[in-house]
Amino acid sequence: MFGLSLPSIPFLPFLSGSSAPADPEPLVLTREHIDELGRELDALREETVASLGDEDREYIYRIIKAQRGFEVTGRGLMYLGFFPPAWVAGVAALSVSKILDNMEIGHNVMHGQYDWMREPSLNSRTFEWDTVCPSDQWRHSHNYMHHTFTNIVGKDRDIGYGILRMDPNQKWHPYYLGNPIYAAALMLLFEWGVMMHDAEAENIVAGTRSWRDVLPLAQGWWRKARRQVVKDYVAFPLLTGPLFVPTLVGNATANVVRNVWAYSIIFCGHFPSGVQSFSEDETAEETRGEWYVRQLLGSANISGSPLFHIMSGNLSHQIEHHLFPDLPAHRYPELAPRVRELCEQYGLPYNSRGLTAQVASVWKKIFTFALPPNWVSQTPDISVLLERSPREQADDAAGTLARENV
Amino acid sequence: MIARHLPPVDHARTFARKVLVSALGTLSSPHHPDRYLELVDPLLATSVTRARITHVDRNASGSVTFTVSPARPVRFEPGSHVPLSITVDGVRHTRTYSPAYAPGAVRDGSGPIVFTVGLHPDGIVSRHLYEHAQPGLVVELGEPAGDFVLPTPRSERLILIGGGSGITPVLSMLEGLAAEGHTGAVTFLYYARTPAHVPRREALDALAALPNVEVVLVYTRSGDGALQGRFDAAHLQAVAPWFADTPVYVCGPAGLVSRVRDVYARDGAENLVHVEEFTPPTYTVDPDDATGTVSFASSGVVADNTGVTVLEHAENAGLTPEHGCRMGICHSCTAVRLSGCTRDVRTGELDSEPGTRIQICINAPVGDVAVDL
Repeated sequence: MFGLSLPSIPFLPFLSGSSAPADPEPLVLTREHIDELGRELDALREETVASLGDEDREYIYRIIKAQRGFEVTGRGLMYLGFFPPAWVAGVAALSVSKILDNMEIGHNVMHGQYDWMREPSLNSRTFEWDTVCPSDQWRHSHNYMHHTFTNIVGKDRDIGYGILRMDPNQKWHPYYLGNPIYAAALMLLFEWGVMMHDAEAENIVAGTRSWRDVLPLAQGWWRKARRQVVKDYVAFPLLTGPLFVPTLVGNATANVVRNVWAYSIIFCGHFPSGVQSFSEDETAEETRGEWYVRQLLGSANISGSPLFHIMSGNLSHQIEHHLFPDLPAHRYPELAPRVRELCEQYGLPYNSRGLTAQVASVWKKIFTFALPPNWVSQTPDISVLLERSPREQADDAAGTLARENV
Repeated sequence: MIARHLPPVDHARTFARKVLVSALGTLSSPHHPDRYLELVDPLLATSVTRARITHVDRNASGSVTFTVSPARPVRFEPGSHVPLSITVDGVRHTRTYSPAYAPGAVRDGSGPIVFTVGLHPDGIVSRHLYEHAQPGLVVELGEPAGDFVLPTPRSERLILIGGGSGITPVLSMLEGLAAEGHTGAVTFLYYARTPAHVPRREALDALAALPNVEVVLVYTRSGDGALQGRFDAAHLQAVAPWFADTPVYVCGPAGLVSRVRDVYARDGAENLVHVEEFTPPTYTVDPDDATGTVSFASSGVVADNTGVTVLEHAENAGLTPEHGCRMGICHSCTAVRLSGCTRDVRTGELDSEPGTRIQICINAPVGDVAVDL
C-alpha cells in the first residue's frame, strides 16, 4: 500500500551484483515509513514495560514450579525404571523439564526479560540453564551477535551455525553436499553444537581464528559440561543402584528429546521460506527503524496452541521476540496481533504458519542448498526493500544505533 | 559488623550444612538447591536468610510495627541495621531498618525480631509494609551492619534521643541495656507528633517502669507530653542537666540530629554525639543535569559527567567494560549501579535505587553516580 514499483527507486545499492528477486516484485518501504514504524514499535515496547508487574512475576514462578515438579517426578520415576511405562513416563517428565528449563525459563531469563524484577536468582548475568553450554558464552553468541546482527550474511553466525548452508548468499562448496547429514547430527547433538557455537570452528578451519582463542571457551565448556555429565550420566544413575543403565539411558533420551525439539523450534525461527536475509553493506549504520524492519523480515512465527507456545519458550513468536528480545516472552501472544496489524498497515509480510509447514520448509531448504546453485533455483527471498538513509547522513540521524564495533 | 557481644557460631553445624548443600548441588545443578527448596517453603533457602511475619501492630499512626521469625539466627547488636527485602508489584526492593529483639526473646538472634517502619508518603517499601504487612508475609534479611552501637564498657550515664521512626535503633539499645541488667542512668527523649504517633507503646511503658530508666515523651504537635515542641537545649536542661559530659545516641530526621549536634557543639562536646541518620533511598533530580562525576568503583577511576552514557564515560576514561549491541537489547553490559541516579536514554525514565543492575549502554548518569566497574 505504501509501496513504489521497483524501477522507480533510484537508491538500491545492494541489488547490484546479486540476482534479480523472484516475483512478485518487492515492496519498497520509504524512510519515513521505516521511522514511523520504528516509533510505533517503540511505543508498543514502552507500553508493555510500563505494565510489567506481579502478573509477570507470578507467571515465571508458575513455570519454574511446573518445571521443577517435572524434574523431581522424572528423577523419581527412574527408580521404577524396571517397569517400562514408568520409565517412559520418567523420560517424558524429564524431557518436559529440560525443555521448559532451556526455553521458557533459561533462554528468556538470560535475555534479561526478568531483570526488572531485581531477583538475584533470575538475573540474566548469573542465570545458568540445564544444558552443557555455559550461559556467558550463549549470551555473547546469541543475545549480542545473533540478536544485534540478525540475518546479516557474514555477521549473524546463526545462519547455518557455521556448518550448514541455509542461505543462497552463502557460497556453495562441495562440503555442503553433506548439509542434510550435518543438520541431522546437529539436531541430535544440539546442546553440544550450541556449546561449541562460540568457538567459530569455521573460522579456525578458514585460518582466520587461532586455536588459542578457543582455550578460554574450552575451560568454560569443561566447567559446565562436566557438571551436566556427572549429574545425568553418573550421579542419578548411581543413585538408582541396580537400575544404573535404564536411568542412564533414560536421562540420555530426555536430553536427545530436548535436543530435537529445541533444534526444530529454533530452526523455524529464521530458516523457513519467505524469511529475508541482508548484506553487511546495506545494514551498516542502521537506524532503529531499519533494525526493527530487519528483525520483522528476518524472523518467522509458528502458529499453535497456548501450550505449544509455552513449550517452545514462546520462540514460536520469533517475530515479536526479535522486535522485543527483553520483554517477558509470555507477553508475545498479546503483542502479536498488534505487530501483525502494523505489518498489514505497512504492507509488510508477517511470516506465520503451523509447525509442520515451517519444519518442512526448513528441511526443504537444507536439502536444496546442499546442491550447487546451478542445479536448483536458489533465489533469495526478497519481498521488501528498505529505502536506507544515505550513509554520510546516518551519523546525524536520530536513533542511529549499533556502531560497528565487532 | 561489630561482634563483641555476639555468642559464638556453631561451626560444626555450619560445615555439615555446607557439605549437604554441595552434595544436593550436584543433583540440582545448574540450579542451587535453594531453587527447589524455596518452592516448598521460602524459609528453607540456605544461601539467604528469610523470615516470616508473625505479628503486625498498626496501633500507632504513621508507622507499622511487625514481628518476624527468621529461618536462621540474625545476630545483631542493638542499634545496628539490617537490609530487608520485599517484593512490590513484582519488583524486589531493599531498604535498611533497625531491628530489635522481641520482648522476652533469647538475645542470640534465633528468636523473633521486631521492626518499626515509618510511612514515607512516596516510599514504595514503607507504604507497602504499612498497607500490606500481614502474618505469613515472607521478607529477606541481609547482613546486619552499622557502627551506631553502644560503647563497651557501657558508660555510667547515657542519653538516647529518637524522633519518629528513628525510635527503632535507640529503643533496641535501651532494651539491650535492660536485658543485660545495666544499672546506670539512661534518659530516653522520644519525639513524636502526637501521643497517637508513638509506636511500641508497651515496650516503652515496660522500660519506663525500670528504676534507672527515664522515658520522656515529647509531642511536637500536641500539648500533653512531658515536654512540647521540637528539640532544643531547654529540653536537655530540663531532663538531663548533666548532659554535657554524657554520650548521646541520636536517630531521627535530619533537623533533630543537627539541633542535637549544635547544642553539644556549644559546649565543645561534639565527640559525644553518636548519630544514625536516615538516608533517603531515592531522590529526585533534574534529568538534564549533566553535572557531578561518574565513579567506577572497582577500577578506582573517576570521570566528569559529560551527559553521555555510562558505557561511553567508561570508554572515554580508558576502561574497556564488557558490552555488545550498544542499543539496550543484549544485556551484555549490565553492571551494578552502587549509588546515584541514571536516566534510560530510550525512555527518559529515572532510577536511583542503590544496588540495581543497569544496562550501561543505554543509561546516562544524572548527577553523581557510582558503578561497580
